[in-house]
Amino acid sequence: MTQLLPPIGAVLPELVLAISAIVLILIGAVRGEGSANLVTGLAIAVLAAVGVLVLLQPAVEVTAFNGSLVVDAYSRFMKLLAVLGAVVSLIMAVDWQAREKQAKFEYAVLVVIATLGMCMLISAGDLIALYLGLELMSLSLYVVAAINRDSIRSTEAGLKYFVLGALSSGMLLYGASFIYGFTGSVNFLQIAAVAKEPSFGLIFGIVFLLAGLCFKVSAVPFHMWTPDVYEGAPTPVTAFFASAPKVAAMAIFVRVVIEAFPHVTHQWQQIVAFVSLASMVLGAFAAIGQRNIKRLLAYSSIGHMGFALVGLAAGTPEGVRGVLLYMSIYVVMTLGTFACVLTMRRKGQAVETIEDLSGLARRNPVMALALGALMFSLAGIPPLAGFLAKYYVFVAAIQAGLYGLAVVGVLASVVGAFYYLRVVKIMYFDEPVDDFDPMPTELKAVLAVSGLFTIFYFVYPAPLIEAAGAAARSLF
Amino acid sequence: MVIGLSHYLTVAAILFTLGTLGIFLNRKNVIVILMSVELILLAVNINLVSFSAFLGNLTGQIFALLVLTVAAAEAAIGLAILVVFYRNRGSIAVEDINAMKG
Repeated sequence: MTQLLPPIGAVLPELVLAISAIVLILIGAVRGEGSANLVTGLAIAVLAAVGVLVLLQPAVEVTAFNGSLVVDAYSRFMKLLAVLGAVVSLIMAVDWQAREKQAKFEYAVLVVIATLGMCMLISAGDLIALYLGLELMSLSLYVVAAINRDSIRSTEAGLKYFVLGALSSGMLLYGASFIYGFTGSVNFLQIAAVAKEPSFGLIFGIVFLLAGLCFKVSAVPFHMWTPDVYEGAPTPVTAFFASAPKVAAMAIFVRVVIEAFPHVTHQWQQIVAFVSLASMVLGAFAAIGQRNIKRLLAYSSIGHMGFALVGLAAGTPEGVRGVLLYMSIYVVMTLGTFACVLTMRRKGQAVETIEDLSGLARRNPVMALALGALMFSLAGIPPLAGFLAKYYVFVAAIQAGLYGLAVVGVLASVVGAFYYLRVVKIMYFDEPVDDFDPMPTELKAVLAVSGLFTIFYFVYPAPLIEAAGAAARSLF
Repeated sequence: MVIGLSHYLTVAAILFTLGTLGIFLNRKNVIVILMSVELILLAVNINLVSFSAFLGNLTGQIFALLVLTVAAAEAAIGLAILVVFYRNRGSIAVEDINAMKG
């Protein structure tokens, strides 16, 4: 008889999130419409506390609920990153909600529930936990995309996200049912023990499962929703979408293929390599014509997911370390960039085109410098953080013999540099337009931390690389 | 004729294809899309239950029950989003979901 109930410490972060989500709903329901600030503040405190709890978990591998949830160095690393994304994007939402008169306590509660889903997803040790975590996250995200319910764009974003998201979870489930049928188990480790050689049914299942996961990380050819949802959803929601859920989806993507299918590596490697190649190329070329900064960042995130998947295509511990490092640096850069996008307001009205940044260097030199550094870093120009992120995934790909993928990746990042540098050119060399409204303190803080991190990361990169390396080794 | 596993899988595959085609070919009404999504999930459930029966392993049936539960929640959220969209747009025709290009 295996132990059914886990040691409480292993699932403490999830428990805290679940209970506080319920308590926060009750507070919001009892105190009514005016409780938005209180509930948001409490939600930020809860998420920060959960981050601390994850940090304090002992560095051993624990499984809970008969192997359904796995808490190891890998899941701790990714959970910390997802919680960081959630808490920072929630902090950035506070001022926006006040200015747009969109203060709703539901938003904070939904972010807490989505974070719970992400933590479950990252820890998932079998296909059932994977599906439940994924749906808990996705269902909250559908509602969050449509949170501005009087806006046609926000509700349309929610509807599009829902329809395509539901289709993708259907495909994921169809794949999961085949994997279950052809291996007789839903547990990743037991699947790995049975799936010694590729059979038709198993490959069929893997293809569908990976199609569903590609949708969640918005990799080509399942990226169609990304630009529309990024543009239509309220900006703080877009900042959230671009950070935490991407981390969680990438985390489970890596865990599934590495833990459950180590003996059919050659089969999934081809899929991952194709998806990563297509994402990098599309992310680089499709962003060139964009005028709206949120659409531009949507294509940029598609491209970045492609670069992160290069590390996974290598299928080695070094490759996974590259993915983890890439996701960490990507989250920090994205949150900083969205702090700038949230600042783009004139006379109380949000503006979203790239031309609105014209001459920013003369109006607000500090913000222009920080945004410029972030753009250079997103483009992958040395010695900024984004360069190191790309360096580690490409080195892993070359070590694994994927020369073609690495070459295309470098070429795609050269093409991608064009539109990042165009933003810099508009800020520094175009004629200034009217000033933006003053930047709120919390956005200044986020931008400062993110800018300093991207500029000075190369000075002392070892701790993050070591943590990512330890996390990656715990999967193999 | 003995009805074997492959017959069940074929039915599920047909339902799955119908559901997917329903989402992509439908040009009229978003409600039809929601119905197609349900069809996909039912195809998955047939798969899971038949695999479970033929493997003699209960996990698949537990999975199917959980899928049913989540499908109910998903339908509720989908309809709620559809209602707020209808209030803003005054229509739920697929071709009217066009405020953003793409």
